Amino acid sequence: MKISLLDLSARHATARRDAAAALTGLSIDIAEGEQLAVIGPSGAGKTTLLEVLACARPPASGRLAVDGATPWSLPRRALQALRGRLILVPQVPPLPPRQRVVTAVLAGRLPGWSLWTALRSLFYPVDIPAADAALDVFELSDKLFERVDRLSGGERQRVGLARALVAPARLWLVDEPLSALDPARAQRAIAALVREARARGVTLVATLHQVDAALAHFPRILGLREGRLVFDLPAAEVTPELLARLYAQHEDELLGGPAPADDRPRPAPPVVMQCR
Amino acid sequence: MPLNAAARRDPAWLGRLGLAAAGAVLLWPLLVATEFKPWLLLEPDSLRVTGRFVGSFFPPAFGSDFLWMLARETWRTVAIATAGVTLALLVALPLTLAATRALSVSALAGAMAPLPYAARQLVRGLLIGLRSMPELVWALVFVRVVGLGPTSGVLAIALTYGGMLGKVYAEILESGDAQASQTLLRNGATRMQAFAYGLLPQNAAELTSYTVYRWECAIRSSVVLGFVGAGGLGQQMDSSMKMFAGGEVATMLLVFVALVALADRLSAALRRALG
Repeated sequence: MKISLLDLSARHATARRDAAAALTGLSIDIAEGEQLAVIGPSGAGKTTLLEVLACARPPASGRLAVDGATPWSLPRRALQALRGRLILVPQVPPLPPRQRVVTAVLAGRLPGWSLWTALRSLFYPVDIPAADAALDVFELSDKLFERVDRLSGGERQRVGLARALVAPARLWLVDEPLSALDPARAQRAIAALVREARARGVTLVATLHQVDAALAHFPRILGLREGRLVFDLPAAEVTPELLARLYAQHEDELLGGPAPADDRPRPAPPVVMQCR
Repeated sequence: MPLNAAARRDPAWLGRLGLAAAGAVLLWPLLVATEFKPWLLLEPDSLRVTGRFVGSFFPPAFGSDFLWMLARETWRTVAIATAGVTLALLVALPLTLAATRALSVSALAGAMAPLPYAARQLVRGLLIGLRSMPELVWALVFVRVVGLGPTSGVLAIALTYGGMLGKVYAEILESGDAQASQTLLRNGATRMQAFAYGLLPQNAAELTSYTVYRWECAIRSSVVLGFVGAGGLGQQMDSSMKMFAGGEVATMLLVFVALVALADRLSAALRRALG
C-alpha cells in the first residue's frame, strides 16, 4: 500500500478542539512494500501518526492519500473497506481476557470474512493452520488454545503481532511492538516482523523506542520530535549527532534506559454493576 | 509550618452542609405527599391487625394435595418467567445492537454522524416505550386478548423486560473496556463481528449476571401477574388470600425464597465460570 502525507497536522486523541496539534507540517511519501521505523522521544506524536495512517483519526489539516485515494472523502462504507486492507496493532494488545489465543489471532481475518464465517469460527476455528503458523513466527505456537488472560504481557503483545500476520492487510502499522518484551526476545520479534513484511511485500510502519533495533532492522528511519519531522533518512545515514539532537533532554530514552510506561490515559476500569 | 486553625478547616464542608440541607428541604414535601406516618404501625389497633395476619401464617400448610398442587404451580411460574425472559432476550438483542454507542463506526473518529445518532435515539425511544408500560398493564391487556392463563403473563414479561434488558445491555456494553471492539472496528470489521469477537467476550460475565437477575425479577413479577389471572403461583396465592388460608400463603412465600436463592447461586456460579 502506498501512502503520501502532504503538510499534514493532527490532534491527539483526547485533545480539545483548541489544543495544540500533536503533528504539524508532516510531508512523507511511503512506497508500496517499504519498511520504516518511526523513532523519537515520548510525546513526539508517534502514536498519533500511526492512527492517522490507519485512517482511525482524520487529519486536522493537510492531505492524506492512501493508494491515491483520500480516505476521509470516501463514503463511510468505502472507508471501512479501506480500513479492512490495513491493520493497526496498538501497543496495549486489544484482547478480551476470556478469549482464546486462536480466536484472538483469527480476529485479524474478520475484514475478509462474512458474518456467517465469523460466527462459525467461534464454534470451530476455521483456519487453525494459519493461526498456528502466525504464532510460530513469534515462538508462541504452544499457546494456540490457551486463554488470553493466562498469558504474560509479552506473550499477549506477540499475539497482537500474530494477528497482523493473518490479516488480509497490505499495510501494517505497529505501535511499540517491543514494549513488553525482554531484549533478546525483542530482537527476534522485530526481525521476524520485518522478514514477514518483506516476504509478503507488505508496507510496514513501526514506532519504536529501541533506537538500536530500529537502525538494525529497518532500511528507513523517521525521526519525530514534538510533532515535527526532524529527519527522514536511510538507516545508514542516521548519525549519532542526529540522534542526540532528536533526543535532546530525553537522553535516558536514547541510551536504552527503560522505556517510559505507557503514558496514554488508561481506559476506565469496567463499572461493576450489582443490580438495577 | 503547620496551618492555623482557620486554614485547617475543610473548604468543601460548607458546600456539603448546604447540599444536605437542600436534600432535607426537598424531601419534606415528598413525605407529606406520600402521607408518610410510620408511627401508625405501632398503634395498638394496627399491632393487633398485623399480629392476626402474621399469626394466620402459622403453621404453614404441608398437606400432600396442597404440596402437589404447589409443585405444579411452581413449575408453571418458573416456566412463565423463563419463557418470558427468553422472549425478552429475542426482543432486546437486536435493539441492544442498534442502540449501543460501543458499536458506532462513525464515532471512532470523533463525534457520531447525525444519521446514526438519530437512529440510536429512535431505538432508545422504543426501549423507553417498551419498559415504561408496567408488565401489569400489558398483562391486563393480554388477558383480554388471549384470555386467562400463562400466555398473557409470558407476553407481558417479554415486552417490559425486553425494554429493560435492551437498555441495560446497551449500557453494560458501553461501560466495559472498549479497546478490543474498537480496534476490530478500526481494522475494518463489521459491527456484528466486533460484537462477537470483542464486546461479547469482554462483557459476557456482566451480561449473564444481569440476565439471571432479571429472571429472578421475572419470577417475582409472574406472581403479581398471577393476581390478575395470568396463572402460576400468584393466582394460587390470590385465591389462598381470599380464603384466609394463611398457612398456604406462608408455604408459597417459602417457595419464593427458595427460588430467589436458587437464582442467586446460579448467577454466582455463572459469573465464576465466565469471569
